[in-house]
Amino acid sequence: MKYVDEYRNKDLIESLILKIKSISSKNYSIMEICGGQTHTILKYSLQELLPKEINLIHGPGCPVCVTPIELIDKAISLSQRPDVIFTSYGDMLRVPGSSDDLLNCKARGAEVRMVYSPLDAVKIARENKEKKVVFFAVGFETTAPANARAIIEAEKLNLDNFSIISSHVLVPPAIEALLSSKNTNIDAFLAAGHVCTVMGYSQYENISEKYKIPIIVTGFEPVDILTGIYMAVKQLEDGRNIVENQYSRAVRRDGNLNAINLINSVFEISDRNWRGIGIITKSGLKMKEKYKRFDAEIIFDFPDLVVTQSNECIAGEILQGFKKPTDCPSFKNICNPEYPMGAPMVSPEGACSAYYLYKKRRN
Amino acid sequence: MCLAVPGKIISVDNDKPDIIMSKVSFSGIIKSVCLDLTPEARVGDYVLVHVGFALNTIDEKEAKETLKMFHEMEQLADSVTPELS
Amino acid sequence: MENFELSCPIQKSNFDRVLLAHGSGGTLSHNLVKDIFLPYFGNNYLNVLHDGAILNNSNKKLAFTTDSYVVNPLFFPGGNIGDLAINGTVNDLAMCGALPKYISCGFIIEEGFLINNLIEIIKNMKIAADKAGVKIVTGDTKVVENGKGDGIFINTSGIGFIDEGINISANNCKPGDVILINGFIAEHGMAIMSVRNGFEFESPIISDTAALNGLVADMLNVSKNIHVLRDPTRGGIASTLNELAESSNVGILIDENTIPISDTVKAACEILGFDPLYVANEGKLIAFLAPEEAEKVLGVMKTHPLGIHSRIIGEVVCENQGMVIMKTEIGSSRIVDMLTGEQLPRIC
Repeated sequence: MKYVDEYRNKDLIESLILKIKSISSKNYSIMEICGGQTHTILKYSLQELLPKEINLIHGPGCPVCVTPIELIDKAISLSQRPDVIFTSYGDMLRVPGSSDDLLNCKARGAEVRMVYSPLDAVKIARENKEKKVVFFAVGFETTAPANARAIIEAEKLNLDNFSIISSHVLVPPAIEALLSSKNTNIDAFLAAGHVCTVMGYSQYENISEKYKIPIIVTGFEPVDILTGIYMAVKQLEDGRNIVENQYSRAVRRDGNLNAINLINSVFEISDRNWRGIGIITKSGLKMKEKYKRFDAEIIFDFPDLVVTQSNECIAGEILQGFKKPTDCPSFKNICNPEYPMGAPMVSPEGACSAYYLYKKRRN
Repeated sequence: MCLAVPGKIISVDNDKPDIIMSKVSFSGIIKSVCLDLTPEARVGDYVLVHVGFALNTIDEKEAKETLKMFHEMEQLADSVTPELS
Repeated sequence: MENFELSCPIQKSNFDRVLLAHGSGGTLSHNLVKDIFLPYFGNNYLNVLHDGAILNNSNKKLAFTTDSYVVNPLFFPGGNIGDLAINGTVNDLAMCGALPKYISCGFIIEEGFLINNLIEIIKNMKIAADKAGVKIVTGDTKVVENGKGDGIFINTSGIGFIDEGINISANNCKPGDVILINGFIAEHGMAIMSVRNGFEFESPIISDTAALNGLVADMLNVSKNIHVLRDPTRGGIASTLNELAESSNVGILIDENTIPISDTVKAACEILGFDPLYVANEGKLIAFLAPEEAEKVLGVMKTHPLGIHSRIIGEVVCENQGMVIMKTEIGSSRIVDMLTGEQLPRIC
C-alpha cells in the first residue's frame, strides 16, 4: 500500500536504529501519546531494537480507555431499551462498565450494532424511524469532526430519532496535566499524528516552551516512530526544546480548518472526567446549546444508575505512564481480555491489551 | 489518534449538494468516503481516511522529501558496522 | 454455474417459503425431501429414504468428524453456507489423512426462509460434494419458528478411510519440522466482512472455500512423513499454530515475510484494523513435515490448483514450548498469541 509500505522498510529501520544509537549519550524517557503508536511499538517490538538509553513510556491517548465508566453504564442502559438501536464503533463493545459491557448486552438480545462511520449511524436512524438510534460518539480530536458532521447530517435530514452519547477528549490539556504532575518523568513527547492532522500543532508550541520539552508530531508506522524518537533525542542532546513535525506528509501547522470549524460549530470545550485519572479542566467537548436535542444524556433518563469502579485496577497509573502493565499485580491472571478489570485491557489502543497480545509469556 | 489509512480518490460524487462523497481505493479495496473535510481534494489525490472521512490530503512532495532524507541517512549508516540485536 | 446432472426432475414447489409444517414429518416434509433435496442430493444410498444409510465396511482405519455451520451472512463472495458445510467437513477428514467418502446433512431452517435460497444452498452443496468425490448418504430437516433461527443452520458429519502407514495427529509436531501453507491467508474472513452490514466495501476478494482432499492425497502420495495437517479456519493461522504448539508441546517460529497474503486482503485488514493472522480461512491447510520431505512435498503442492502459492512459513523448535514467535517484516521478534474472542473492527 502506498504511503504505508515505505514506512515499514527494514533497511530504513536498521539505519534509523543505528543513528539513534550513535547519538544517544544519556538515558531518556520518551512518551508516545497515542495508543495507536503504542500498538505499533509493541507489534514491531521497537523497544527491543532501541538502545537501552531510550525508555518508551505509554501515554493516555486511548479515547476508549479514558471514556468515563458512567458513560459506559449509560450506553448499556440505553442499549437495553426495546425502543433503542444502539450504534457504536467496534472498539467500545468490550469495555467494561460497572458490571457489564455492550457485547454481553448484545448477546442477551439488545439491539447493538457496530458501525464503521458515524454517517452509518445516521443512515440507520433514517431507515428505522420507529426506533430511537443512539450513537456512542467517542474520540479525540481526530474523530470529533466526523462525529460533528453526523450531527449536522441528522439536522439536515430533520431526524428526531437520532442522538449521541458524546465522549470527546482533547490532547493538549492532558499533556499539560501530565507535565504539571510531580510524578512525571518525561523528557520528550511524540505527539499524536492524526490528532495533529486535524488540529495542527501550534497548540503544542506553548507547552513546549513552558515546560522546556521537545514535542515531535509523529506518525504511526515504524519508520515514523523511530524518526520521531531520533528527532526527540537529537533535540535533547542539543539542548533544544521545540515542536517539530515528523509527520509532514499528513500534518500542517494550522491543521485542517474545515475540520476545526466543523468541531467548533457543534461542540464547545468543557471539563472532562478521564477514567482512571480524574477531571482535567477544559479537556473535553460537549454539545453546543443549539444541538442539545441530539444529546442522549439530556433526552433520556437514567434512573437507578449505580456507578462502581474496581479498586484494584491501576489503569490510571498506566495511562499516565507511571507504571507499565507488567507492574500491575492483576495483569494476565485476574485481568485479561476475557475478564478485563479496566478499559486498557480490551481497547485496541490500550497498553495492557497490547502487552497481553505481544508480550505475554505463558505460565 | 486512531486508525487512519491512506487511499487514492478514484471518483467524486458531486450530485448531492449537501455532502461530498467519493470512492477511495486502498490497493483495490473501494470504500465510500466523505470529502466534506477536504473539499479541495481531487481524483488522483491520496487522502488519509478515518471512520469514512478524509482527514487531509497526503502531501506527495513532503513524503518524497522525507523518504529522500531517510535514504541519505541510510547511506551514512552503511558506513557504520550494523550491531542490531 | 457449473453443470451437473440432477438425479430426478425438479417439481415446482407450491410454496416460496419454508413453513413449520415442512419440518413436522408429514406430507409437506416428505415433499420437501422429494421435491427439493432429492433432485440435487439423490444417490443409491439416499434414494432409499430409510432412517439411516447402510454403508460398506472397510478394513482401513475410519475417520469420523462433525461440524455445524452458522455463518452470517449466508451468501458471500465466492460461495454460500452450503459450500462451507461440505468443504469444511471434507477438509476435517482430509486433515486426518483420510479419503472422505460419506457425508450426512442436518438442516435446521427458520420458518419463512425462502425456498429459492434453500435451493441455491443445496445446489452449491451438490457441486462441492461432487468436486470432493463424496456422497451425501443421509440427512434430516427440522423447521423452527420464525425468530428462533438465523435463517438456516447446517450440520454435516463425515466418514473417511485412512490408508495404512499414515499417522497424522495434533501431537506429532517435532522440533526441526518445516511448516508449509498452500496459499494466501485471510481471504474467507475478509470476503465475509466485505458484505457485512455497516462495513461493506467493494473488493475483488472472494472466499477461498474449497475441498482440500485432492491436494492432501497428492501430498501423501509423495511422502509418508507428514506429521501434522490442519486447516486454519476460525481464528486464522495464529490460533491453529498456537493450538498445535500447545498440544505437541513445542515452540513454533514463523517469518512474517514468508506468509502469503494478497495486496487487497492486506489493505482490507488495514482499513478495518484486523490482523490477518487471526482472520478465517476455508481453503487452506498447514502441514508439518520432516525437513528432508519439504522440497518434494512443496513441489507437488505447487502443481495442484489449490497449492500454486504454497510456501514454507516457519519451523518447529525446542525453545519457547507452547508458544508461537514471529520474526516481523522489520526483523524484530514478537509473540503471536491466541486471541480471546473474535476480532472486532476498530477505529482507534
